[in-house]
Amino acid sequence: MSGFFDIPSDLQHSYFGLIGLHLREALLPVLAGLVLALPLAQLCVRLRWLYPPVLWVTTVIYAIPSLAFFVVLIDYTGLSEITVMIPLTLYSLVVLVPAIVDGVRSVPQETLAAATAMGFGPVRRYVQVQLPIAVPAIIAGLRVATVSSISLVSVGTLIGNQGALGNLLADAMFYHRPELAVTSVVTTAVLAILVDALLVLVRVLLTPWMPRRTPTKPKAEQPDPAALALKDPAR
Amino acid sequence: MDSVTKRYPDGTVAVDRLSLEIPDRTITVLVGPSGCGKTTTLRMINRMVEPSEGTILVDGVDVQKQPVNTLRRSMGYVIQNAGLFQHRTIADNIATVPRLLGWSKQKARARAEELMERVGLDSSLAKRYPYQLSGGQQQRVGVARALAADPPVLLMDEPFSAVDPVVRKGLQEELLRIQGELGKTIIFVTHDIDEAIRLGTKVAVMRTGGRLAQFAEPAELLSAPADAFVEDFLGEGRGVRRLSFFPSEGLDLLTEPVVADGATAEQTAAAREASGAPYLLVTDGEGKPLGWSEPGSLPGGSPEELLPYGRPFVAGQDSLRVALDCAVLSPTGWAVAVDGTGRVVGVVSQETIGEAIRGAHAAGRKADGAGRKADVAG
Repeated sequence: MSGFFDIPSDLQHSYFGLIGLHLREALLPVLAGLVLALPLAQLCVRLRWLYPPVLWVTTVIYAIPSLAFFVVLIDYTGLSEITVMIPLTLYSLVVLVPAIVDGVRSVPQETLAAATAMGFGPVRRYVQVQLPIAVPAIIAGLRVATVSSISLVSVGTLIGNQGALGNLLADAMFYHRPELAVTSVVTTAVLAILVDALLVLVRVLLTPWMPRRTPTKPKAEQPDPAALALKDPAR
Repeated sequence: MDSVTKRYPDGTVAVDRLSLEIPDRTITVLVGPSGCGKTTTLRMINRMVEPSEGTILVDGVDVQKQPVNTLRRSMGYVIQNAGLFQHRTIADNIATVPRLLGWSKQKARARAEELMERVGLDSSLAKRYPYQLSGGQQQRVGVARALAADPPVLLMDEPFSAVDPVVRKGLQEELLRIQGELGKTIIFVTHDIDEAIRLGTKVAVMRTGGRLAQFAEPAELLSAPADAFVEDFLGEGRGVRRLSFFPSEGLDLLTEPVVADGATAEQTAAAREASGAPYLLVTDGEGKPLGWSEPGSLPGGSPEELLPYGRPFVAGQDSLRVALDCAVLSPTGWAVAVDGTGRVVGVVSQETIGEAIRGAHAAGRKADGAGRKADVAG
C-alpha cells in the first residue's frame, strides 16, 4: 500500500511536493493566459475585424503539439519549468479569448447605452460594467482552461522530469511500478476536480446577482453556496 | 433655468433639419413611426450621437462645448427595458451617477433610499438585484436612477414600451405625479401616440426621414392635424379622444330624475313629471346610486328590478370623454354624475353631452387661431 506514495528519489520531491509543483506548472500558465487574454479580447471587442484572425491564430497554436513547442523552446529556455509553461499559456488562449469576448459582448445593449448615457467613460465602462457582467462567461472559460492545463502538465516529463505528477507515469515504466501510474492519474484527476469546484465557488461568490436555480421544493431556503459549488461541475 | 433650446440640421437621413424649442419644466414628447429619428434626436441631446450639422443649446449653452461625461451626468436617462446594471443592487444602481460625481457612499445611499420612496418602491428592495424585480419595478428603478443626481433634464427613450398595458398606465400616472412634484424638463420618446397625448405638454410628431411633421399641444394635434400623415398617425377616434381635453364642468346636470330609495308613489310621479325623463335614478340613503327605475315601475323594490347604472363619472373632474363613455355604456343612455365621494349630483343624457361637445368645439376653434401662430412646424 505504501508503494503508491513511495516516490522514487530521482524526482527529488515528496508526494505533496509533486502536487505543489503540478499546481504551479498548471495554474501559472492559466493566470498568464488570462493576463494576455484580457487586453487581447478587449481589442477584439473594439475592433470587430480583429476577432476572426485572432481566433484563427489561437486555434492554430492549439493545434501545434507540445512536443514541437518543447523542441523549439529548449534552445532558449532549456529543460526548465518555463519551457513547459509557455505552451500551456498559449494553449489557454484558445479558450479564454472567446470566453471573454463572448462574455463582454453578451452585455445587453440597453445596459451599455445606459452606462454611456450616465457618463461612464470607455475604460470605466469596461472595468465597472462589462467585465463584471462577463464574469460568469470568463470563469466558465477559466474552468476549461484550468482543467486542461492540469492534465497537460504531465507531458513535461518528456523534457527531463518537468511533468510534476506526470513524472510518476514515466517512473512507473522505468521501475515497473504500475501503482505509481495509478497515483499519478488519480491525483491529477482529483486536483482537476477540486480546482474546478473552487472556481465555481469563486463564481458564486463573485456573482450574487445571478439568478440561482430555485429549488423545486418550497421548504428549501437559500442554498448553501458550497453545496451548490460541488453540485455545479455536473452541469 | 432658461428655456431649453435645440436646433440641428443633420445631413444624414436620420434627422433632417429639425428645429424644436423645448419648453422648460414640461414634458415634451417626440413621437413617430420607427425609423423616424426620434431616438437619434434624443441621443443627440446628450451626445451619444453627434449631430453632423447644427447646434443644440441647453440653457443657452451649446452641448458640444461641454465635456461629454459632465454633460451626460447632468441629464437623467431612462431607456427601454430599464437597462439596469444586473450586477449591482437596486440601491447601487440608483446611486450610480451620484457615485460617479464623487458623492460619499453614505450620501449616495441616503439619496437612493429617498428616491425609491419617491418612485413607489419598497425600501426592502434596496439590497435586491435587478433579476428579482418585475419589469414594472425595474422601470421604476430606471426612473429613480435617472433622477438620482437631481438633473434638470430627463431624457426618456421609450421607457414604458416593454411593459404590459396595465403596468404602463400605472407608470405613466406615476411619471405625471413625479413630474408634478419635481418639475423637470422631460423629453420623452415613444411610438405610442396615446402615450404621447396622455403625457405630453407638447407633442412633436416626426415622420420617416427625420422630419418634423407637427409640434403642438395634444388637444391641438387632435383638433387640427397639420397634414394627412399626422392625421393618419393619430389613428381612429380622433374626435372622441379629443374630448379628453374638455372638462365635464359645464355640463347641465339634471337633479329632477333622481329619487331616494323608498320614495312614495307621489314623489316618483312628481319626479317623472318634473323631469320629463323616461327613467328615474334611485339612490340609497347616502345618496349613492342604486340603479335606474323603468317607466311605470315604482322605485323601492328589490335592486334586481332596477337597471344597472353602469359606471358613474366624477362631475367637474372627469373629462367629457368619460362622461360620454358613461352615457354610451349606460342602458338608459343617461350618464350618472357623482361627486368625489360617490354621491349622485345629477344625471345627464347623451343629447346634453352632445350639446356640450359642440359648445366646447366652438370655443376651441376660437382659441386655436391664437395658439397656432405660436408653434412652428417644419
